[in-house]
Amino acid sequence: MTDPTTVTFASLEQRQDRIIGVLTGTRRSDRLRKTREAIIVAVLFLAALVSIATTIGIIYTLGIETYNFFRRVSIIDFLTDTQWTPLFTEKHFGIWPLLVGTLIVSTIAMAVSLPLGLLAAIGLAEYAPPRLARVIKPILEVLAGIPTVVYGYFALLFVTPLLQRFIPQLEVFNALSAGLVMGIMILPLVASLSEDAMRAVPQSLREGAYALGATRLEVVWRVVVPSSLSGIVAAFILAVSRAVGETMIVAIAMGQVPRLTFNPLVAMEAMTAYIVQVSLGDTPHGTLEYQTIFAVGTTLFVITMALNLLSYRFLKRFREVYE
Amino acid sequence: MRTDRFAITEQEFNPRLPLRRRFGGLFGLLSAAAILIGLVTLGLLIADVVRDGWQVLSWDFLTSYPSRRPQDAGILSALVGTFYILLLVTVIAFPLGVAAAVYLEEFAPKSRLTAFIEVNISNLAAVPSIVYGLLGLGVFVRTFMLGRSLIAGALTLSLLVLPIIIVASREAVRAVPPSIREAGLALGASPWQTARYFVLPAAFPGILTGTILALARAIGETAPLITIGALTYVAFTPKSLFDPFTVLPIQIFNWVSRPQPAFHDRAAGGIIVLLAVLLLFNATAILLRARLQRKIRF
Repeated sequence: MTDPTTVTFASLEQRQDRIIGVLTGTRRSDRLRKTREAIIVAVLFLAALVSIATTIGIIYTLGIETYNFFRRVSIIDFLTDTQWTPLFTEKHFGIWPLLVGTLIVSTIAMAVSLPLGLLAAIGLAEYAPPRLARVIKPILEVLAGIPTVVYGYFALLFVTPLLQRFIPQLEVFNALSAGLVMGIMILPLVASLSEDAMRAVPQSLREGAYALGATRLEVVWRVVVPSSLSGIVAAFILAVSRAVGETMIVAIAMGQVPRLTFNPLVAMEAMTAYIVQVSLGDTPHGTLEYQTIFAVGTTLFVITMALNLLSYRFLKRFREVYE
Repeated sequence: MRTDRFAITEQEFNPRLPLRRRFGGLFGLLSAAAILIGLVTLGLLIADVVRDGWQVLSWDFLTSYPSRRPQDAGILSALVGTFYILLLVTVIAFPLGVAAAVYLEEFAPKSRLTAFIEVNISNLAAVPSIVYGLLGLGVFVRTFMLGRSLIAGALTLSLLVLPIIIVASREAVRAVPPSIREAGLALGASPWQTARYFVLPAAFPGILTGTILALARAIGETAPLITIGALTYVAFTPKSLFDPFTVLPIQIFNWVSRPQPAFHDRAAGGIIVLLAVLLLFNATAILLRARLQRKIRF
């Protein structure tokens, strides 16, 4: 069989020969080579600029349609009205039902993923034998690689029927199952980022605490966790951002009823689920319905962006301490 | 209460070590339970899907178009759509991502613009996927007038996975030791020739691993494609880049959303196929990484 490494280095040798040939044979075309080189670097630079173009594209697309939306709907209604009924004849454009739906499901997800994620991180970084941790970690991370549509299936057709046995008044679509399943989905993210933060704590701090007679729990809880707190907080904030932007679980299992309630047992609608609901229908460009999904998208983008930047600041602080 | 906290006599000093150790043990159990909850959920999820879906798996299921009658419904159009999307995303995102990574690692000057590009890439990686869907809807579907086509979907997903490919490729390029570059430069190769013929071949296995994982992400994405208007019921396979399409996750979503349990089993069957494809991708990535770690030692 072909060995990829040998193939790589064999072709490397051929190419070296060719380079040397180019160098010795065509000295006079040095200037040509410089031009060619500059063009290639410029092309590479353009590829790097695609990321900036993407950001500009997102802000421009969201901005222009949101602007069109607010020319027809007052921003005060958007922020103060408590009903969201753009698809009905009597239209209301208050973002609160969607915002509260997102808030409820994210809170439930966080109530699952934050404690479990932190505990799992402590278990993997401080308690488990390294060999066992190396086996468990990738399996746990499989959870993060499963498509969200699969989690939606699991929430609607497994978790909800299971919970209904204990909570009979639980509706078929509800925020509770969606939130619980989302929490499990985000668990590896919290665990893996928190573990990274804890591993960055210098061993000497742990040894100092042990030398003073602390038990393992005391070392973890009073030395390691406080020292890595900004990294852990960064992980938590990123997890919240992930929950807010999560789409398929809420679209499948939480329902499409935009009502302002704090009861997690009934159907609600999250911001992302509304975008999916409208996208599934054939909404012509330029209509108010079409513009609503961009207004909701902008709200979503602003919230997640703020969380991401906050998380980035925490992370930077934690890096400055130990690197 | 003691008034002087340093005045502890030997009799008073009581470390209560057994109690503290017991607390520690309890906490260890708690963290083991947390890990176990994750693992058990994963097991339940897979068991549930396999229990519901295994009996619909058949050659007919893979080679039939979706249908209004659940017993005839298959995933052919979704499977073909996923394959085309995969192909197009690879063609679009892979060269762009590697080029950007090589630029940032090998050529970028230390400037504000470079720093801005870097922060921007890490920010993009955390933008919710549905926002990319809105971007695709506004730019590719409307402005470029590509419609709800295969190419519009592929471009949208390419932008989505680009940050992942760039970050992974940068790590792979950074892992190539400076001595390799110095060898290239010493032979008289130009900076680009060094990057192209010395650094890239050495970094290639790492780049490939990162790209495969990014493609796995693209295969599982549903929300951005629904947002750009990919159809949920497609009883044909796309013939050109500008044809409408569907993909596996969307087909699964469509079947889950129906009230009839027979369609739910079809969804479970689709999930098994989707997870099998993802498993294949991840296994390839893991094998590649293992091979790379064993074979290449600088």
